[in-house]
Amino acid sequence: MAHKILIVDDEPNIVISLEFLMKKEGFEIAVANDGEEALAKVASFKPNLMLLDVMMPKKSGFEVCEALRADAANADLQIVMLTAKGRDTEVAKGLAIGADAYVTKPFSTKELVAKVKSMLGIA
Amino acid sequence: MLSGWFILFLSTVYMAILFAVARFGDARADAGKSIISANVYALSLAVYCTSWTFYGSVGRATSGGLSFLTIYIGPTLMLLMTGVILKMIRISKVNRITSIADFIASRYGKSQLLAGLVTIIAVIGVVPYIALQLKAVSASLEALLHESGSDFLPWWLDSTFLIAALLAVFTILFGTRHLDATERHEGMVAAIAFESVVKLLAFLAVGVFVTYSMFDGLGELFQRAAASPELARLLQTDASRAGTWTAMILLSGLAIIFLPRQFQIIVVENVDESHLKRAVWLFPLYLLLINIFVLPIALGGLLHFQGQPFNPDTFVLTLPLARGAEMLALLVFIGGLSAATGMVIVETIALSTMVCNDLVMPWLLRYSRIGERKDLSRLLIVIRRAAITLILLLGYVYFRAAGEAYALVGIGLISFAAVAQFAPAMFGGMYWKQGNHAGAVAGLLGGFSVWLYTLLLPSFARSGWIGNGFVENGLFGIAGLKAQALFGLGGLDEISHCLWWSLLVNLGLYIAVSLTTRPDALEAGQAERFVDVFRHSGRETDTRLWRGRASMEELLNLLERFLGKARTHKQLGAYARKRGTTSWQKLPIDAGLVHFAEAQLAGAIGSASARVMVASVTQEEDIGLEEVLDILDEATQVRAYSRNLEAKSRELEAATTELRAVNERLRELDKMKDDFISTVTHELRTPLTSIRALSEMLHEDPRMELSDRKRFLGIIVSETVRLTRLINQILDMAKLESGRAEWTTSEVDVREVIRESMDSLEQLFREKGVMLTGELPETCPLVMADRDRLTQVMINLLSNAVKFVPGETGKVHVRLSADTERVRIVVGDNGPGLTADECNVIFEKFRQGGNTMTDKPQGTGLGLPISRQIVEYFGGNLWVESEPGAGANFIFTVPLPGPEEQQ
Repeated sequence: MAHKILIVDDEPNIVISLEFLMKKEGFEIAVANDGEEALAKVASFKPNLMLLDVMMPKKSGFEVCEALRADAANADLQIVMLTAKGRDTEVAKGLAIGADAYVTKPFSTKELVAKVKSMLGIA
Repeated sequence: MLSGWFILFLSTVYMAILFAVARFGDARADAGKSIISANVYALSLAVYCTSWTFYGSVGRATSGGLSFLTIYIGPTLMLLMTGVILKMIRISKVNRITSIADFIASRYGKSQLLAGLVTIIAVIGVVPYIALQLKAVSASLEALLHESGSDFLPWWLDSTFLIAALLAVFTILFGTRHLDATERHEGMVAAIAFESVVKLLAFLAVGVFVTYSMFDGLGELFQRAAASPELARLLQTDASRAGTWTAMILLSGLAIIFLPRQFQIIVVENVDESHLKRAVWLFPLYLLLINIFVLPIALGGLLHFQGQPFNPDTFVLTLPLARGAEMLALLVFIGGLSAATGMVIVETIALSTMVCNDLVMPWLLRYSRIGERKDLSRLLIVIRRAAITLILLLGYVYFRAAGEAYALVGIGLISFAAVAQFAPAMFGGMYWKQGNHAGAVAGLLGGFSVWLYTLLLPSFARSGWIGNGFVENGLFGIAGLKAQALFGLGGLDEISHCLWWSLLVNLGLYIAVSLTTRPDALEAGQAERFVDVFRHSGRETDTRLWRGRASMEELLNLLERFLGKARTHKQLGAYARKRGTTSWQKLPIDAGLVHFAEAQLAGAIGSASARVMVASVTQEEDIGLEEVLDILDEATQVRAYSRNLEAKSRELEAATTELRAVNERLRELDKMKDDFISTVTHELRTPLTSIRALSEMLHEDPRMELSDRKRFLGIIVSETVRLTRLINQILDMAKLESGRAEWTTSEVDVREVIRESMDSLEQLFREKGVMLTGELPETCPLVMADRDRLTQVMINLLSNAVKFVPGETGKVHVRLSADTERVRIVVGDNGPGLTADECNVIFEKFRQGGNTMTDKPQGTGLGLPISRQIVEYFGGNLWVESEPGAGANFIFTVPLPGPEEQQ
């Protein structure tokens, strides 16, 4: 059974590229365009891993992450935060509130794929 | 019934009562329980009201109407200047001033010359005033005896002479009983206060008698007066005499503090500065009460004695006598006697102190070996007694020489004008450090000479005692030197004339000579201590201004000789305790001690004599003027430094606050900059992310399907365009914000700008199916602006509009209008509109309208901030008016050049 990945970003072009990239690797993909939609999709789609943008309208990535971690049902969900702001404080903040990994934009597609695979335990 | 002997007996009893009061006051003072309260002090000031007031006011009112009041308005006004009087009191306390002569002499370098000069002026000036009292008492006695028809004195004895002699004896008993010569006489002050009450009651009694017993109250009196044209004149104020009134007010205002007796009572006898506060209202109240019945009595007298010979100066006596009220007449006589004796006692005591301390003693100490005698306090008393006798004798002589020619008030004013001469030297000395000895001497001599020539000598001439050629024709027949019309200044009454010329000469000489000569060292020090008395409180400067050697034994001897053993030891003991030493034998012999000794002596013999005596027993080093000025300057500098320091520290505080604010602002700016960079980074990274991800995928997968490949390349291209635009706008924004943008300002027709912008975006609108319409006026004034920048704004607003309006149904409308001051451009759309919050936020950097991904607009978030910067640069405004669902109107204005700019 294919692993499920939820892509959350408000930039359509980034969503397009991430979706294409992950589909090519054989993952099952769902997309959310803002924080609120992301929470809804987690509940319905039940992804194994989510690629979560930080700067989004309505609810930021941090808020989404916090909300998810507050619910024990999502304990197994792997969260990779994507941010265009590469400041150390933000990396630290992301990890502190329960993100499993932190990737700054622009990212290397190869590395992102490798990181996702290793986190999902796919050699 | 009113026999001479009875009157004499009554007078003696009254004097005995006064004497008892004085004894009581002195006894209480010696016991340390002073009876001088604020009320007693205020009442004692009423020594100002002499027999001149008691008899003379009525006399003056019969001829001058209300003008007699000026003599009481002046003192009232003067007392209101509490600060000046307080300063005078403080200076006198600190320097142990004994008289007005002492005050002036001490201020101008403890000068014996000035002390003597002021004393002579005071004696000569006040003698007519004393004569006035003699005249009044003698006239009242005569009126009393004449009525009763008794012939009391043998023909060879002149009653006025007898009165003068009796007063001398009484004053001697009164004022110089003490063997220790101090400057204060509390018993005398108490007696004077008592007297003030007696004369007030007596005057009120006769006032009530005349008004309500002889006539039917004030109403009837004034009605009857108004009926007579001659009397009605008295009730009116005469505007043409305003100059005289002013002169009188000035004159009496000066007299209330500069008459020797007034200075004695107000300044020297003051025991507590706070008493002055009471006197400020109580004394004027007293003046008001004692003047209330003046006019009624004057009118009553004129009405009663119509057609008979009368002397208006004795109305207060003759009116009760005319109705047979002998007891009342006696009371009035006692009141008048009270007024006269009070004045004579205080005046002669003050003058005798001056004559002794400021005239005779310095001379004796300098030119005879008298200073070596063992006990001098006895001698001091003898000199004072002799002075009292001499002064009263002079008064008698003047009375004989000139007294008959003048009414009471006229004589008094001559004295007032004399003591007014002290004003420049006194006030100058208190407030003007440059005022100096030479200036004071010149001013006093000048003013006094003018007074002598224009007032005193003419008063002799009037009585026929000397020829009056200099009054009628001028000295040596020169018309310009007419004594009472100097240099052709006629038309004034003699008092105003004298006051004008004497004060002009006095003040002019004082200032001119002071400015052109330099003071000596001692004087510079005194000037500092007087003018800045409240700052020094009499400490630091004096001790530093004396250098030399002295021995305790000699200082002790000196003090004992003038003050007596007991008093000397008592004072030294007190001084030692103040310095924190157990006994005075252990006191260090230093400048402080010498200064203390000198101050003690000054209290007894005046500052000028004290200076001579102290100098005779100590080896003093001369301190040059330069050094004194340096020392004083140092004090001034220290004050200046501390003031500067205070100012600096305040400045520093202000600067710190300012710096803190600036720092806060910098921090804010720094954070804003950080946020800006962080935001810019974010904005740049976002397109880069798509570009990199898509390029990498294209790069790694050469067999990607053509449609994907085309789609991805399309995205890459558009993201690159976005990136470029972003970078351009960021740079543009940075340039605008830092003011480094280049502007090409010229006359611009806004219509052209709008048309061009609309044309260039026509394609974009057509693609989205949005209708673009314009509404431009026929003519439009030109604005001064950068054409390209205006176009940039216009295009930004239009492309924003097209971005947000819905496709196919969207409408964008441009409207241009102009008034006299500005052109106004509105870009309206029928898009979703903005909330009030958004209306503000959209002008911030990187804030974009629309917030869901689906309709996320393509844009940098810098367009509107840049547009606003541009419009504001031209002096216009850019804002939005909108409501959600009702479209948005973006409006901007550009001001028209002002009229002068157009030319």
